[in-house]
Amino acid sequence: MRSKALPAADLVRVRSGIYHDSVSLMRVSQALTALDGVEVAMVAMATELNLGLARELGFDLPEAEPSDLLVAVRAREPDALRAAEAELERRLAALATLREAGGAAESPPRTTRSAAAAAPSEGGRAAVVLVSVPGENAFPEALDAVEAGLSVMVFSDNVPVEQEVLLKDLAAERDVLVMGPDCGTAAIGGVGLGFANVLRPGGVGVVAASGTGAQHVTSLLDLAGVGVSHVLGVGGRDLSAEVGGRSTLRALRALDDDPATSLIVLISKPPAPKAAARVAEAVRALATPVVTALLGPGGHDLTSAAEAVLAALGRPVPDWPAWEVPQDGVSGDGGVSGDGGGGGGALHGLYAGGTLCAEARIIAAERGTFTDFGDDTYTRGRPHPMIDPALRLEALASVPAGDVALLDVVLGYGSDPDPAASLAPAVAEARARGVAVVVAVVGTESDPQGLTRQARAFAEAGATVFTSHARAVRHAVSLSGSTR
Amino acid sequence: MTPLALSGDLTVITVGADLLGHALDAQAVPQIAVDWRPPLPGTSAALAQVLADPRRAAANEKAVGRLLAARPHLVGVRRARDVLDLPPGTFLHAGPPITWERASGPLRGALIGAMLYEGLAGTPEEAEGALERGSAHLSPCHRHRTVGPMAGVVSGSMWMFEVRDAEHGGTAYCSLNEGLGKVLRYGAYGPEVLDRLRWMGDVLGPVLRDALAANGPVDLRALMAQALQMGDELHNRNRAATSLLVRELAPAIVEAAPERAAEVLRFINGNDHFFLNAGMAACKVSADTARDVPGSTLVVAMARNGTDFGIQVSGLGDRWFIGPAGVPDGLYLGAYGPDDANPDIGDSTITETGGVGGFAMAASPAIVRFVGGEVADAVAATRSMYEITLAEHPAYQIPGLGFRGTPVGIDVTLVARTGLLPVVNTGIAGRIAGTGQVGAGLVSPPASAFTAALTALAEEAVAVRGS
Repeated sequence: MRSKALPAADLVRVRSGIYHDSVSLMRVSQALTALDGVEVAMVAMATELNLGLARELGFDLPEAEPSDLLVAVRAREPDALRAAEAELERRLAALATLREAGGAAESPPRTTRSAAAAAPSEGGRAAVVLVSVPGENAFPEALDAVEAGLSVMVFSDNVPVEQEVLLKDLAAERDVLVMGPDCGTAAIGGVGLGFANVLRPGGVGVVAASGTGAQHVTSLLDLAGVGVSHVLGVGGRDLSAEVGGRSTLRALRALDDDPATSLIVLISKPPAPKAAARVAEAVRALATPVVTALLGPGGHDLTSAAEAVLAALGRPVPDWPAWEVPQDGVSGDGGVSGDGGGGGGALHGLYAGGTLCAEARIIAAERGTFTDFGDDTYTRGRPHPMIDPALRLEALASVPAGDVALLDVVLGYGSDPDPAASLAPAVAEARARGVAVVVAVVGTESDPQGLTRQARAFAEAGATVFTSHARAVRHAVSLSGSTR
Repeated sequence: MTPLALSGDLTVITVGADLLGHALDAQAVPQIAVDWRPPLPGTSAALAQVLADPRRAAANEKAVGRLLAARPHLVGVRRARDVLDLPPGTFLHAGPPITWERASGPLRGALIGAMLYEGLAGTPEEAEGALERGSAHLSPCHRHRTVGPMAGVVSGSMWMFEVRDAEHGGTAYCSLNEGLGKVLRYGAYGPEVLDRLRWMGDVLGPVLRDALAANGPVDLRALMAQALQMGDELHNRNRAATSLLVRELAPAIVEAAPERAAEVLRFINGNDHFFLNAGMAACKVSADTARDVPGSTLVVAMARNGTDFGIQVSGLGDRWFIGPAGVPDGLYLGAYGPDDANPDIGDSTITETGGVGGFAMAASPAIVRFVGGEVADAVAATRSMYEITLAEHPAYQIPGLGFRGTPVGIDVTLVARTGLLPVVNTGIAGRIAGTGQVGAGLVSPPASAFTAALTALAEEAVAVRGS
């Protein structure tokens, strides 16, 4: 360990031979920052980016390699610094124990290649690979999966498009599916991968760019009593001219061959013309009926996409549940509080979900400002807002009195285990300042967080809560001054 | 069930954020978690380029397939000048190319000894002067289908094991082992060293030649497979292999030279490492069959000259990629200590290249003391090498691992991805010329040799795609 003498309140350490993923380390950073007397704590791998962030915070740093662990803590007094150091050791030890517990007697595999060699292949048990390493390192792991004949979900973003094309071409040769890159959610036979809602089993198979869009449509279907067979993400670029729908076409065929799937739903932004033609041709060749929902101006929103699926199934469209403040005059399940005051000012969309943010921009048609806190510019060096609410809390606190705040809350595995715990008090505070708050909750009753429990918590804090995001946006626009 | 079929129970291999693994635990989905670490610093871009090379998968399959299929046989014992291009004044040495100026103590000592042995100098001072003036021509063993342990110095009068690959027809050579302690290969050149070399030249070489001619070729692949099951790892422990070789050749030695048989057999029996050189030639002839497959990232040679550690890669011809040779970590003889140790030296890393030596440590609990560790450490060392190798050897097996084949075929991309460096068992030479052996232990190759090779592979892949 290299150490450096600094003003009494700074602790800077560089350690070799320790690696933990960024999400785990950011949780350690968060825990240390939350300690009394600690101003800021950064525990991260010593990448250029993280070293830059630490220098911006004013830390004086020794030489470090990207494979080293960087610890930088600033406290108001030495006691707090010591407490932070003790907590750091405790948390790193806990992370190391977790890792060992996973490895049992044999040392754990170091690459996807050796993990695939160790995967059981007998007894009808299939393996799928979930890659979430940093984008610049995702290609080797995903390639290992495809070369081993396994389908792979690439959660990582920032994977170059030529690598995506290469992976997907090889996947066609090996008869496997590449989901992603930048694929946030998928579900295969009831197993949720990435950020995933707990959905009832059923016959609807979904192909989507994947992310909050697919989560929203499938959650609405779940609310309407319709279950899904599989959700296959293909990545946001799959229907671009460069990628040409390579994974979309394979996913469609896989669902067509799947006996559990009786209706296929394809959710996408309008594809590049050539990809669109290939997809249309493929859809015509399928035996299973397909609902194609193209999102965007003049096309579907996510709610109408779910409704189109219900129509195709001959099912009634339910009144999408909402929990509203009384004088807005919309019925909910009761349990509301707050006086409905505020509003009339500008609309501020504070988003965690990229697809939801894009949908809000389209529906609101420029009436308001919309920020996607899940965008790369906000997630550099910090966790995604679906895990860490800090940035959105800050943004909500700075919405001026009389304005309208619109937030999405995405439930499910992988997301914040209790988003209302941190966000609802902030909503109440905003309401007290005279800010109108509208929340769209994406999730199901079976999600670990529980849809109704979360929705009620936000309603009790004074927000108007919708399960249909499109309705939430329209409501928020109606509250804002831009329509008055 | 086809891979794309969507029914059946899933096992998920997770690589990356623990959070996503916890989400699977919450769903009670069986999971194999990869203990992923970032690749060696600065290699991400080159890794992507090399892995995207469309030739790579097939090229590696071909290269490692040849390595595994090789059937080395000991076919002869020959005088070096009769089979190698070794005019007087030319000396072969271990490792990548080097000059006298950059040569370490043991290599200098061995060259001085070889000058004296060949009669090219009357005294060590005279030999040193001539070498300083550049009057000798130095060339790496590897360039001549040859490997040499430690300093690896070969001169024309020395006798060589001749090993032929019965599968592909290649030939490789290695000198005869002198024993331990004060010996030429460790840089000693005193009178007892030269006397022994002369005896080896006059007696041992010719007797072994005749014995082998009478006996016929010895199947080294079978012998090495057997020795691994008898507790050798075939780099630092060759006791079983030496015994097996003696058992095979003893009757022919007695018949070929009844007058000399006792001293020859006594010499071989007195040196537990006698087999090492034959095993090295076997690994060399096997690794050479994997050379020159365009696009292959397979390591076909690892070798040290006491100053540099170098590797060669199948897809990159005979280019060397070097980094500084490290000082081994191990046990020392007598009063010697780490301060007396020379940086890593010798071509004997051809054993690890061929899937034995450090890679087969789990087969050899008896040598774990050199590591200063437990048997579990030896097992862990072997297991970790499966992470950086392309195959498991069909003949070389480890009883303690359920007769699993040894890890074989080092892949440059896997070294860069995992940061795991080949585990090398080695002897330790004294730093000062003339000292001899001071210990034995473990050494890590420099990562820079592998990253340099990776960069060259990336450049070559891009150039080929662009043309």
